[in-house]
Parts: sequence; C-alpha cells; structure tokens
Amino acid sequence: MAWFKKQKTTEPEPPKRSKISEGMWLKCNHCREIVYRKEVERNNKVCPKCDYHFPISVLERIALLVDLGTFKEWDVELSPQDPLNFQDTKSYKERVKTHQEKTGRKDAMVIGEGMMNGRRAVLCVFDFSFMGGSMGSVVGEKICRAIDRALETRLPVILVTTSGGARMQEGILSLMQMAKTSAAVAKLGEAKLPFICLLADPTFGGVTASVAMLGDVILAEPKALIGFAGPRVIEQTIKQQLPDQFQRAEFLLEHGMIDMIVERRQLKETLSTLVAHF
Amino acid sequence: MHDYLEFEKPIREIEEKIEKLATAPAGKSQDEIRKLRIKLAQVEHTLYSKLTPWQRTQLARHPQRPSTLDYIGYLFRDFLELHGDRSFGDDRAIVGGFATYNDRSIMVIGHQKGKTLKERMQRNFGMPNPEGYRKALRLMKMAEKFGRPIVTFIDTPGAYPGIGAEERGQAEAIARNLYVMSRLAVPIISIVIGEGGSGGALALGVSDRVLMLEHGVYSVISPEGCAAILWDDPAKVPDAASALKMTASDLVDLHIVDEVIPEPLGGAHRDLNAMTERVAKSLSNQLAQLNDLSLPQLLAQRDQKYRSIGAVNGLAATLQ
Repeated sequence: MAWFKKQKTTEPEPPKRSKISEGMWLKCNHCREIVYRKEVERNNKVCPKCDYHFPISVLERIALLVDLGTFKEWDVELSPQDPLNFQDTKSYKERVKTHQEKTGRKDAMVIGEGMMNGRRAVLCVFDFSFMGGSMGSVVGEKICRAIDRALETRLPVILVTTSGGARMQEGILSLMQMAKTSAAVAKLGEAKLPFICLLADPTFGGVTASVAMLGDVILAEPKALIGFAGPRVIEQTIKQQLPDQFQRAEFLLEHGMIDMIVERRQLKETLSTLVAHF
Repeated sequence: MHDYLEFEKPIREIEEKIEKLATAPAGKSQDEIRKLRIKLAQVEHTLYSKLTPWQRTQLARHPQRPSTLDYIGYLFRDFLELHGDRSFGDDRAIVGGFATYNDRSIMVIGHQKGKTLKERMQRNFGMPNPEGYRKALRLMKMAEKFGRPIVTFIDTPGAYPGIGAEERGQAEAIARNLYVMSRLAVPIISIVIGEGGSGGALALGVSDRVLMLEHGVYSVISPEGCAAILWDDPAKVPDAASALKMTASDLVDLHIVDEVIPEPLGGAHRDLNAMTERVAKSLSNQLAQLNDLSLPQLLAQRDQKYRSIGAVNGLAATLQ
C-alpha cells in the first residue's frame, strides 16, 4: 500500500505562462518583458524594449532583403533521400515527411535570385523550421547550385544561416556537405566574386565550421548565438559554467570572428552598400 | 600483454589458460596447450569476423591502437616535426612535418592521441584546438609551395569543445582547412587509422584519396552524441553506432572511402609490422596513381568528387 502515492489530477492543468504569447501580447525571450505583438511585428520582429531580434521565417527574411516581387526561387523540387535508411525513435523518412507538411518545403534551404535596392544578388537562406535548419545532401546541393549560377552570371552570393549543424540522419554524407559547400565557396573566391554571410540566431556545428565562417565579410544579428560546439556540450566537457554572453554575436565580434553586428532594420541597406564595394 | 575489450573476454580467458599452462612444469600440458590454441583460433575467427559497428568503434579507440607517430616511424625516414601556427601556439594534438617516403620528400600531418595518461593529457586526447588546424594549414600551404604531396592520418574523437577553442575560432579554423584543401595544388591522401570524429577529422580529410583501416570508424557525430540527442538514452549507443553507418565497409558503399586496408586478426595493435606493410603498399599504389595525373586533372577530379557527394531526389528534372 503506497501511502504517498501521487493523486492523479483530473482537473485540467492551469494554463502555462507562455500562453501569453498566443494572443495579442508577446513575452520577449531576452528581457522577459511583455510587449504588444503588433508593435513587434511592425518593428521587423525586434523587441521594442531590448532590441532582441526574434527569429523570422525564410519568407520574412527574403522579404526583408530583396525588393518587392523580385525574388525568383530555384530548384524548389530537390528533396532528400534516405541513404542510410536511418531510424531512431522515428524514421528519417517520417521526420522528413512531417517537416515537409509543416513547412511546405522539401528541405531546409531556399535559394534564388533577387534585387537588393536595384542590385542583383544570389541568395541562400536556411530554414530553421525544417529539422532545425540542419545541413544534409539537399542543403549542400542547393548551396552549390546557387554558387554555380553566381559563377555563370557573375553575381555576389549572400548566405543567411540559422542551423543546428550537420544533419545526423544522413550520416557521413552530411559531414561531406561541409567539404562540398566549402569547395564551392573556394571556386567563388577564385572567380573573385564576393561571398557574404549573415549569421542569425542560432548558427552551430557543421554549418559554422564550413560555409558560415567563410564569408569575405561576415555579419551577424544582435545577440545571435553562434558557435562550433553547443553550450551544453562545452559545459559537460569542461565542467564549468560558461561566461555570460558566451557565443553571442557580441562575443564573436569582440574576439575578431565577425566583421559587424547589424540591426535588422539596417540590414538591407548595409548589404546593398557592401555589395557595391566588390 | 595487451588490454582486452569487454567483448574480447572469451579470448582473454583462453589466452590466460594457455599462459598458466605454459609456465607450469612441462608434461601433459603441451597437448592441452595445443588444443587450447586451436580453440583460440576458432574463437578469434568467429568473434572478429562478426564485429558489430559498436565493437569496431571500441577497437578504433583501443588504448593500444597504433597512432600517427607509430605509422610515421614505421613508414617514413627522416621525419622532421615542425611546430606552431605562428599566431597562438603549438597544439600537440596534431603533429606534422617533412618526411621521406620511397626516396621522395612528402609532408605528413596527423592527429595524435597519445599512449600514456600523461601523454594523452598533453595531447588533449587527440582533440585539436584551432591552433592545431592552423598549424596543419600552414604545413599544407608550405607543401603546396614546394610541390610536396601530403599524407594525413586521421584519428580524433573530434575538435575540442572548449571556451578557448570558441574564442579563437574553432569553426573558422576547420572551415578554412576545408576551403584551402579543396583547391590545394598537390596530391593529398588521407588515411583514417582509428577514429574519424566529425568536422575535427574532416579538417585534415579533404583529399584526392581516402583510405581507411578495416576497423576504423568515421562519422558526422559520435554514437554517444547521437544516442543522447536522438534517443535521449545512453543505452542506445550501440544502436546509434549501427544507424550512423560509420564502418569502413559502410563508407565504401557510400562512396566516401576509396580503399579499405585489412587489419591483422584482432586489430592493428596485434601486429604493427604487418599493419604498416599493408598501409605502405596501399599508400605507394595510390601515390603512384595520383602522380600520373596532371595538375588540372588532379584538381578537376577532386572538384568533381566533392561536388557529386549527396543523396538528392529531383536532380535530373531541374538540370538546366
């Protein structure tokens, strides 16, 4: 007879605090202030109190960067296979299907061409909502195709990253996408075409350790988390607490790893001015 | 004497029996020993011909597994170790320098794990910091400048995840090596001799030919890391090792590894002489093949090789 058996509650659980974010109001991930959702949206999804940059979707990102109606997407149909027949608690095929239904996209990368303040540029944007923006064969192939076209048309390439790193479910083939994409960036370099990276929150692992850090110029969004190893892995390895602001964009700027931190409302202007210098 | 792994217990038991009998006063024991030796051969044969990917991973990490410096010592003459990245420090988790191979000067670079506990700590268990990758890059660029082929030995759990490593740009150091190696104007051959741990391994592994020892492993993430993330269960490590397709034969099937070098029964550490002879044979053969290529051919083949890696649907439909 268990004296202290936990009573199963039959009444519904009280609403969680985060429910606030469902309605008109939004709780900032950074300063924890409650802010008016519409105001955040009008402000390019930047917190009006602390300037925290909320994550934005691929389409919002593209709309932010290119002149209205000028974006042409390429290679929409490329989709992943399941080369390892990978199965963890769920099969890779199932995971892919779920994310395809959720996002309406075949994988975690959108490539295409658009105008930035009247200037043509090739754009590659990671989609974090598709399996954490992880880089597998399709992501790698699309980045290479975007670069191939930039080489043909002699256009600058702008890469926007939000990614947890290489996609485990494609094993070694994902790891090799790091080499494949870096090799493509090297060819772009030989052709003397600019490669500009914008690192958004979060950018980690095999994506940072390949294309993301290879920009001729590297920009980052304020307070974005950027690194090679995830903070939890580092904490477990060194068994110490990590310093405040560790792996934030500001930390990378201070250590000489990026060129500048750019606020979202100045992003398009900065990029188009920058591209004009090449 | 060597260390036995958990799954090698049956072998250990027989070998210990043989040893005991051998030291006992001579007599009937000779016959007994002969029988035990036959049994040992059978047990070894069955055990090592049916290794699971997780067992192979353990062999690849075996404390007595031959290291980069072992192979350098056996394969090459006049190894001159060069140190430092000229910017921050000398990372002892990566060794490199000039050596002579078949009367030819080459550049050799590899991860070095260390054997004794003290050496392991000095070498950070073979987990490089950014200055290690930058030292490797410096040596590779020097090899290119003087037209020397490059041989790299891969054996690392991965790039070190630490505060200093992040501050000094671990990601940039790895990325820069991938970028430069993809266009380096000399032949590059990589040999996975033990553990190929993710980006930390690949940073020495962008090459014209990738060779791999029979019990080596090479993966995007360690089985432990994968089990923790995808299963949230440390007991699933062996399943993760299988799912990741990280053994030499898996990687040949996936067209990532060009040649598997067979190991002596029980692993490379059982017979270093036999192992290095096989490595030497493969290495000479591959170097000779690459030598026959002109520089444009070499670079075009390397470019084509990496450009075509991946499993993608819908390629044909969208080709321009």
